[in-house]
Amino acid sequence: MTLHAELRVQRTGFSLSLDLTIEPGEVVALLGPNGAGKTTALRALAGLEAGGAISLNGSTWDGLPAEMRPVGVVFQDYLLFAHMSVLDNVAFGLRARGTRKAEANAIALRRLDQVGLAGFAHVKPRALSGGQAQRVALARALATSPRLLLLDEPLAALDASTRLRVRSELGRHLADYPGHTLLVTHDPLDAMVLADRLVILENGRVVQEGSPRAVVRQPRTDYVAHLVGLNFYRGVARGTEVQLDDGGTLTIAEPAEGPVHVVFPPSAVSLFPSKPTGSPRNTWQATVSGIEQHAHTTRVDLDGSPAVLADITTATVAELRLQPGDALWVSLKATEIHTYPQ
Amino acid sequence: MRSRLPVVLVLPAIAGLAFLLVPLAGLLVKAPWASLPTQLFSAEVGQALRLSLVCASLATVVCLVLGVPLAWLLARGDLPGRGLLRALVTVPLVLPPVVGGVALLLVLGRRGVVGQHLDQWFGISLPFTTAGVVLAEAFVAMPFLVISVEGALRAADPRYEEAAATLGASRWLTFRRVTLPSVMPGVVAGTVLCWARALGEFGATITFAGNFPGRTTTMPLAVYLALETDPDAAIVLSIVLLLVSVAVLAGLRDRWIRA
Repeated sequence: MTLHAELRVQRTGFSLSLDLTIEPGEVVALLGPNGAGKTTALRALAGLEAGGAISLNGSTWDGLPAEMRPVGVVFQDYLLFAHMSVLDNVAFGLRARGTRKAEANAIALRRLDQVGLAGFAHVKPRALSGGQAQRVALARALATSPRLLLLDEPLAALDASTRLRVRSELGRHLADYPGHTLLVTHDPLDAMVLADRLVILENGRVVQEGSPRAVVRQPRTDYVAHLVGLNFYRGVARGTEVQLDDGGTLTIAEPAEGPVHVVFPPSAVSLFPSKPTGSPRNTWQATVSGIEQHAHTTRVDLDGSPAVLADITTATVAELRLQPGDALWVSLKATEIHTYPQ
Repeated sequence: MRSRLPVVLVLPAIAGLAFLLVPLAGLLVKAPWASLPTQLFSAEVGQALRLSLVCASLATVVCLVLGVPLAWLLARGDLPGRGLLRALVTVPLVLPPVVGGVALLLVLGRRGVVGQHLDQWFGISLPFTTAGVVLAEAFVAMPFLVISVEGALRAADPRYEEAAATLGASRWLTFRRVTLPSVMPGVVAGTVLCWARALGEFGATITFAGNFPGRTTTMPLAVYLALETDPDAAIVLSIVLLLVSVAVLAGLRDRWIRA
């Protein structure tokens, strides 16, 4: 059965209004910048905050306190109970819901075995590594077989090397989980890898929603475009000309009409010391406002009409002897530009 | 190299140290070591010591049963005027114990606001009884426990309680299984302080419970009484109380304060 949630939270200077639907077995990622209301949404769903109405299977949980909701939560820093053994942590929810001790322990041990940590049943949580603690937190949240699983930044507390491994493990466990999953994250990679569908939240409102593939290809806000690393503009198309809202005109290959979004990757942008000649390209003058070194490329921030991000090779940086304030010529092939209606 | 310590500070510091330690040393010097064992195991000392230990322990139990929930309410409850309540709870901490004793008499005495009903309806009279000793000690000692536990509760991360709630635990279960174990060091420290304070209680006890050997004469009262009739016994009793205090301090340091 599809889960429907209506979240309405009002606070001074902030309001959250979010409608969510999650299919059984589906993983939905709630993605957004800090302060967008992601954690508030999760807390409202869990019943830790008022304003989370959920309906599932014809029954509605509205105004129900956290302990009465069939929800499992994996918290950002896991919040394992330090004075209990790992097994007692996992069995805690079952015991709290009235399962007898022997049975609760048996179920908890099975859950631990599923995450490969049966051997750690009798140690205290502080003896676990970050990745193991995360798996225990997942086992604990799933032990009571909740209908809705909530994950709050489940990978944020891990270092980069364990993150990769834990992410793929988490993906496997989520794929096995038959209930509804909501993943709250600000990391686009976690969202893309783990989720079937992305819901992007800004200032308490949904600004975009869709499969990871659709979101990556056609961002609808600056935040999303920044997340997926694309140059992003709004403009009005007339044939193969787009007049950009913030100034500048681009020539595109595929004709379009009306208000459009315009995107192209920073790697499609080339920089030249003087105006390039020939070839049907977009060229305009711009000034370097920032330079940032990435793994294999250099990202250059340019002010101009329009402002643009360019990824260039280190060789080009050396050749151009780039400095902030330098005036350069930007060039961009029309075929690299992708437009879609607003 | 650092310059020498200024004399203006060092001299008063040494004087202060001497002021605190010399009287205690004097107690040990003047102790009647020869007759100490007989004194220590005499009937009067034994009686007072037993009564003290029993009353202080009972008072501590009363403080735990009432004080831990009170600390929880102050730390976690969404009460209006919580700051004022917290301040009121600490009043017995700074109040002269004699005043506490007078206040208890006024409320729980035979003609007291509550006491007259206790007397009429149940035939219970608390002043000048062992139960009165326990009450007087609990009144004076409870703030120590409440403050210690409340501090620990406020330092504890309430998100663990939320985690317990999402796992289906009621607030009572959460308190027992999650909150209380996590503040156990604070509870133990508060209990020890509370017990030590109750053991040394004098003013409220003598005012509310009087001085009846075997019933209400605790160690501090016995010390005060003995000073006039049998100074050696007073010294022995004092040394026992001193040892208990040192033991409490040592226990607190090693187990809970440094850890």
